[in-house]
Amino acid sequence: MSRYNQMKHTFTYTLRILLYLILIAPLLLFAAYAFSTRWFFPQPFPVEWTMGTFQRAINDSRTLSSMAQGVWIAFLVSILSLILALPTARVLGLRKFRGRQLAWLLLFLPTVIPPLAVGMGLNILFLRIGLAGTITGVVLAHIIPTLPYTIFTLSSAFARFDENYEYQALALGASPWQIFLKVTLRMMTPSLVVATLFAFLISWSQYLLTLLIGGGQVITLPILLFSAASGGNPSIIAMLSLLFVAPPVMVIAFTARSLNQHGNEIREQY
Amino acid sequence: MRGHPLFSPWLSLAPALTIVMVLLGASLLYAVAESMDFISVIGQDEISLNAYRETLNLNSEFWISLGFSLWISIASTFISSALALLLAVWLSERHGDADTLALNWNLAFPHLVWSVALLLFLSQSGLLARWAVALGLISTPADFPILVRDRFGIGIILSYISKEIPFLTLTILAVLRSQSIGYDVVAENLGAGRWQRLRYVTIPQVMPALLAGALLVFGFIFSSYEVPALLGVGYPRALPVLALRFFLDPDLRARSEGMVISLVITLIVSVVAVLSLKIEERE
Repeated sequence: MSRYNQMKHTFTYTLRILLYLILIAPLLLFAAYAFSTRWFFPQPFPVEWTMGTFQRAINDSRTLSSMAQGVWIAFLVSILSLILALPTARVLGLRKFRGRQLAWLLLFLPTVIPPLAVGMGLNILFLRIGLAGTITGVVLAHIIPTLPYTIFTLSSAFARFDENYEYQALALGASPWQIFLKVTLRMMTPSLVVATLFAFLISWSQYLLTLLIGGGQVITLPILLFSAASGGNPSIIAMLSLLFVAPPVMVIAFTARSLNQHGNEIREQY
Repeated sequence: MRGHPLFSPWLSLAPALTIVMVLLGASLLYAVAESMDFISVIGQDEISLNAYRETLNLNSEFWISLGFSLWISIASTFISSALALLLAVWLSERHGDADTLALNWNLAFPHLVWSVALLLFLSQSGLLARWAVALGLISTPADFPILVRDRFGIGIILSYISKEIPFLTLTILAVLRSQSIGYDVVAENLGAGRWQRLRYVTIPQVMPALLAGALLVFGFIFSSYEVPALLGVGYPRALPVLALRFFLDPDLRARSEGMVISLVITLIVSVVAVLSLKIEERE
């Protein structure tokens, strides 16, 4: 019996170690390709290490501008989603009213309708009104997938929010603006952070909508990575991949705890 | 502040609802219009169902792509659901935040980059092939099986399975952990074996959540572009790949056919989403 238990124990640990290895494996794989040179076919491991690809990547204006553009777009998208989502999430989280179900359904339509269809439809509209190929157009398009998730995250936080704190502040003579800044926002901070970060990530990793609306004028990192991966040098592909996953990896590492609440709802947006 | 009776909740909903409805509504409207050649870039604005006729013609590539898309979506959904169920049951017998954290970790790798990783790992001159040489299993890249960019969509399915297992596992775990272990213990006391408990207690418990999650996964896979575009071949290609190819075709008349295909995808995904919602509501 104890022999059996020991075997079971070993098995469990092996499986767990395997699980964790799989978790960092992609990063190791990218690093192996990105920081090695002359790694020819049958060699099982890199033989010569180099910073050359990295230096070329960070000196390449195309890579740099694509990253800067991606960050700027994702920043605008997350701020806008937050501003649009706050009043909506508050009402959905705290009030019962006629048509609440309908509002939910309408706000969640963007998670159902494929980005492919949305992007192709908006492509024509934005061409006509001059938004195609502009940052504004891309930001507007990115809001479609980010908004439902921001609303969902914030409204489930508002559902646990106690409005009596606001009344207390009111009774003590605080102005509405003070109440909003010092009570509401303060109490909502953790959820606000998670919602913002995820809006940022969804926008940062968006390929199809950027391609269809940006039309080759707005180049972000996913666009560069995709075209490199369709037939390029493995070192460059791996380096672009590392640059691409750096923000998500950091965000997930830092927000790991709150993810147990919200992670799974956001997942399907990638 | 408590809502004033005159201060309708719809006022707060207005900004977000307007943006969503205007953008989605306009994009769908334009998609339908262009699919019927009504708003075309070449300026012959006349309603016709030509694109529908061309696309749904029995000899068109559409049907092959539809079959291929159904194959990769159904296979990926089915395999990842089964594996997720096993993994969730295994994890639920242990308690540890660490595993849940581990499952969330895959959020750090969007589908696009995950496919790139598989490409580097599984291609015929990739890392796995090199290791196979080192172990003396093969001697040239050509000996290594074609696992990515293959005709059967194996690479695509592998990519989706590895990404969707964590999602489905977390979905099932949420159900298993929210319920008291009572039923399982009762069944055990009544003499049910491990497999019997799984079959008659656990699976019926998690089935609605798993089914709803699996339908979401199906809808996502069926309509997404990046993975089949990167890990697929030129023929047969997945429906979204075909749609985009038509849409971006230099021959502008092909655009309306791309629109027709994207509308078909939207229709199928919407039906699946409604089903998923119905299953979740029944719970």
